[in-house]
Amino acid sequence: MSKLTPTPGQTVGPFYGYALPYAKDRELLAPGSAGSIRLQGTVFDGAGHPVPDAILEIWQADAEGQVPQRTGSLVRDGYTFTGFGRSAVGNTGVFTFTTVNPGPTAPGAAPFISVVLFARGLMNRLFTRVYLPENEEALAADPLLSSLEPERRRTLIARRDPDGGLSWDIRLQGDGETVFLDFEGTGAEGSGIEDAGVQDASQ
Amino acid sequence: MPEEINLEIFNADPITEDVSDAAPEATPQAAKAVPALDTAAESQQILSDEMKALGDAYAQARRNGAAAETQPRLDYPPYRSSILRHPTKSLQHADPETIELYSPAFGHMDVHALESDLTIQHNGEPMGERIIVSGRVLDGDGRPVAGQLVEIWQANSSGRYIHKRDQHPAPLDPNFTGVGRCITGADGSYSFTTIKPGAYPWKNHLNAWRPAHIHFSLFGQEFTQRIVTQMYFPGDPLFALDPIYQSIVDQDARDRLVASYNHDQTKPEWALAYNWDIVLTGSKRTWTENEALGAEGDDHE
Repeated sequence: MSKLTPTPGQTVGPFYGYALPYAKDRELLAPGSAGSIRLQGTVFDGAGHPVPDAILEIWQADAEGQVPQRTGSLVRDGYTFTGFGRSAVGNTGVFTFTTVNPGPTAPGAAPFISVVLFARGLMNRLFTRVYLPENEEALAADPLLSSLEPERRRTLIARRDPDGGLSWDIRLQGDGETVFLDFEGTGAEGSGIEDAGVQDASQ
Repeated sequence: MPEEINLEIFNADPITEDVSDAAPEATPQAAKAVPALDTAAESQQILSDEMKALGDAYAQARRNGAAAETQPRLDYPPYRSSILRHPTKSLQHADPETIELYSPAFGHMDVHALESDLTIQHNGEPMGERIIVSGRVLDGDGRPVAGQLVEIWQANSSGRYIHKRDQHPAPLDPNFTGVGRCITGADGSYSFTTIKPGAYPWKNHLNAWRPAHIHFSLFGQEFTQRIVTQMYFPGDPLFALDPIYQSIVDQDARDRLVASYNHDQTKPEWALAYNWDIVLTGSKRTWTENEALGAEGDDHE
């Protein structure tokens, strides 16, 4: 249980574009290199319009299911797989990453990529996951997916493109609203509700 | 980093896409002069009344025993752009799995030590009030977040962002970009030298001004601790008027975003100083001693 109260988040605002993007930020591997795939999608708002000012990050295991712990995400050497990428969307709300299919991090586990989303108009970051579509048995056994209704579950599973890439859209609101995650045990942090009795960091 | 900034951005064609869902259509002409007042836009009074109603309802809920809120509301209609951009369904509880229990590793391979000084990125000194902003990044258990990435960005002293979508007719400063990075020390400490940002106008409603702020992006030792937020300056008269600050309805929680002036860290004849500690969520992973000491993730270059 946390002893200090977390600092609140705030919107990333409209002007992150000269600060957060960096060279090759979305290229966990060089595009076209052996084993590389494209992960692409569009961020939509509650009216079904593309969101042109969102920025996403992905964090994932390598193809063998190992968690990378190597530096160099901000200054890519072209060889080191760091597992981290960042992609601002373009004018049409589209984000693109070049990465690998993550391997299962435990035998029988359903492989997924962890995603965090920021946008102007979005007060706080949202966490979600994008699962690989292939292993039905592993997907059926996944604790998160099996806790969801079918139409909600569907929002977390990518489509496999003919070229081997992954397509996966994010809907912030409305029909097909993406499942966003709360990792705090009581639901306290995600809902912004403080547990009774926690101490205040600033006091 | 400074040389990568494309100075043509200063003269880029105005982007007419609004930076607020409630914004009036911008025009190239309007961008070059003080824009005419838009009588169609909502007044501050309308927004202030909405914010007061939400604040009063929260105060009443607290008196009735509701728990304190610690984060901004995702659904906060006075911030007009949030209306179509917040999930309507509850966040789904998930137990973090392997990858989520670790964080990307950043180190001095990624960030040069000089990137923490925003006043030396060009040939001359930026205009404005030079300040030092420092503090510590802690996790929810009070443990320092060592060897992790902190990124900041901000407006210049006139309240103008270098971003091409900021068409606020205030001067750009050729000696100030407003972007910095650092890697936290073993004790979770960070320090930036910069210029105090100005307030800037935005188009949420008529005559809307954001309190001066610095955007902060933070990583913890677990990906679930990732956060982007804004640091404010003490005593800003715009707090009460600002829907983004007010989206945190609890005053104690808002106060956690406000730096304190720290005279002990000022430098005579050179800079004022502010202090701001950041607390991430609690750890969900069992830690080894090496990790707790920050040996991981920093390549010691």
